[in-house]
Amino acid sequence: MTRYREATFDLFNYALLALLGFATLYPFVNLLAISLNDPLDTMRGEVYFWPNQFTWNNYQIIFQENALYMAAVRSVVRTLLGTFLSLVCTTMLAYTLSRREFILRKSINLLMIISMYVSGGIIPSYLLIKGLGLTNSFWVYIIPGLIGVFNVIIIRTAIEQLPEGLIESARLDGASDFQVLFRVVIPCSIPVLATILLFISVGHWNSWFDNYLYNTRDNLNLLQFELMKVLLQSTSQMVNNASSTGYVDSEALSNVTPEAIRATMTIVVTMPILLVYPFLQKYFIKGALIGAVKE
Amino acid sequence: MNLQEMQTTPTTRLAPKSGKKNVLRKLAAQYQLLLMSVPFVILMFVFQYVPLWGWIMAFQNYSPGKGIWKSSFVGWDNFITLFNDERFFLVMRNTLVMSSMSLVTGFVGAITLALLLNEVRSTLFKRTIQTVTYIPHFVSMVVIANIVITFLSPDGFVNHMLLKLGWIDETVFIMGKGEWFWLINTTVGLWKELGWSTIIYLAVLAGINPDLYEAADVDGAGRFHKMWHISIPSIMPTAVILLILSLGSIINIGYESQFLLGNPLVLDYSEVLDLYALNLSFGSGQYSVGVALGIFKTIISLALVIGVNRLANKLSGIRLF
Repeated sequence: MTRYREATFDLFNYALLALLGFATLYPFVNLLAISLNDPLDTMRGEVYFWPNQFTWNNYQIIFQENALYMAAVRSVVRTLLGTFLSLVCTTMLAYTLSRREFILRKSINLLMIISMYVSGGIIPSYLLIKGLGLTNSFWVYIIPGLIGVFNVIIIRTAIEQLPEGLIESARLDGASDFQVLFRVVIPCSIPVLATILLFISVGHWNSWFDNYLYNTRDNLNLLQFELMKVLLQSTSQMVNNASSTGYVDSEALSNVTPEAIRATMTIVVTMPILLVYPFLQKYFIKGALIGAVKE
Repeated sequence: MNLQEMQTTPTTRLAPKSGKKNVLRKLAAQYQLLLMSVPFVILMFVFQYVPLWGWIMAFQNYSPGKGIWKSSFVGWDNFITLFNDERFFLVMRNTLVMSSMSLVTGFVGAITLALLLNEVRSTLFKRTIQTVTYIPHFVSMVVIANIVITFLSPDGFVNHMLLKLGWIDETVFIMGKGEWFWLINTTVGLWKELGWSTIIYLAVLAGINPDLYEAADVDGAGRFHKMWHISIPSIMPTAVILLILSLGSIINIGYESQFLLGNPLVLDYSEVLDLYALNLSFGSGQYSVGVALGIFKTIISLALVIGVNRLANKLSGIRLF
């Protein structure tokens, strides 16, 4: 009897989890299929797992659009440069805070912790950034978020867990703090640094609100922001058509539809993350755990 | 390096000495540590603390043309305006409702999923489900909102299915129904973060002493007994702590999903505190009221965090700070 019930439970459990996995993946698969399908065929609404009428056309149209191409370049530059600078600076700060003899350790810790709970708010921050002349500049993407307190805490904790003798013996060999950091601490902290690298780069790649708030000129737009514009256009189109029955597409006669463009752009924006993610996966669980405990 | 130095270096660095000269000497000795920290501390100070200066605006009749130095002071007027504003309470309601909904569903979902995953014997299957369910956590809200719009639009998947099943006669613009917004927002948030939020529970479950399960086996306990009497009690302390701590940020929900999933038709249900502050300031030029709203939010969440920290400390000795 018990065995029978347990077998039923197992079956039910596997089925439920498989369903959850399917529900997580299906939207991406569906969008991929739509992006590779002929837009006019998509409008008939019969695309599920694979394209009915395969075409690369949607992708060609997107990459021919100069604004989108440039936005993609900017997003890549932001992610690479921003992640590099942020990781280096965060690691340096975290290292100093892991040194028990450091004279400013307690003051900086306090300053960091308070900043996690007290913030000036969205309007004063906006006015500050405007006052500093960072609006309509590429640097607004990198400088204000250069140091994430949370990441500092995670890296600091990892460095503190390194065997003390490791750093001490390097010091006795006459290594300076810079040498200790770059020759000993960093090589020994690759897993946590890989985790933080993933977190920071995903954060950069996914950002759009700073673009929306601070950069009003089109020559600084990022890919996520371009995608957001497409999203808002679609929404407002639907809102305007909400009173009539259904939503009639104004561009239906041309060979591309907003839905196809949206799906294609979504896939383009998502793909880098899906490509990088499996390689870093083995590292990030530990980092995520330190984060969860400290949160 | 000779023996004498080896013995003296650590002691001089660690020895607690007082006096200005010693502080200066210490600072000089630690100049590399200072170089590696002070620039970033200044940066943090500028972007985290200097905006607090802007709180003055809440007590002014601020206009962007005059700036903080020249705008006239009006005392608590802006707070009075805020508390007499019906919209403020509507927005407060939206914030609290959506944040409670995500809190409850997130907790129940994460614990349930962790327990179910823990019962899976095939490592490959478990790994696969974990890997797949973590993905949405890394995908931007803009992408997620695009997926949602695609599926819920009048000619999208959901309408298509409902039409086929004969449950509706004509397509519905689901995203335009205010009363459904909270549900949509909560479901989307759950879908995005469910897998990721199981990580900590799975770690706790993996750390349970296997002897406990073996002892239960000897006593003839089945899977459900073991789950009920060993697994669930083991993750409860963690769950309680996380729950209490997240109560501290109940007013601090993000605004990304509300901004991206919302539209003018559902604004009465989708607008949250931060978005309202933005609308007050940039929409209607009431910067001072917007800042007053920000101050109110910070003070409430600070009080919540401190209270919740005390509670967690009393219950289990865990402290945030």
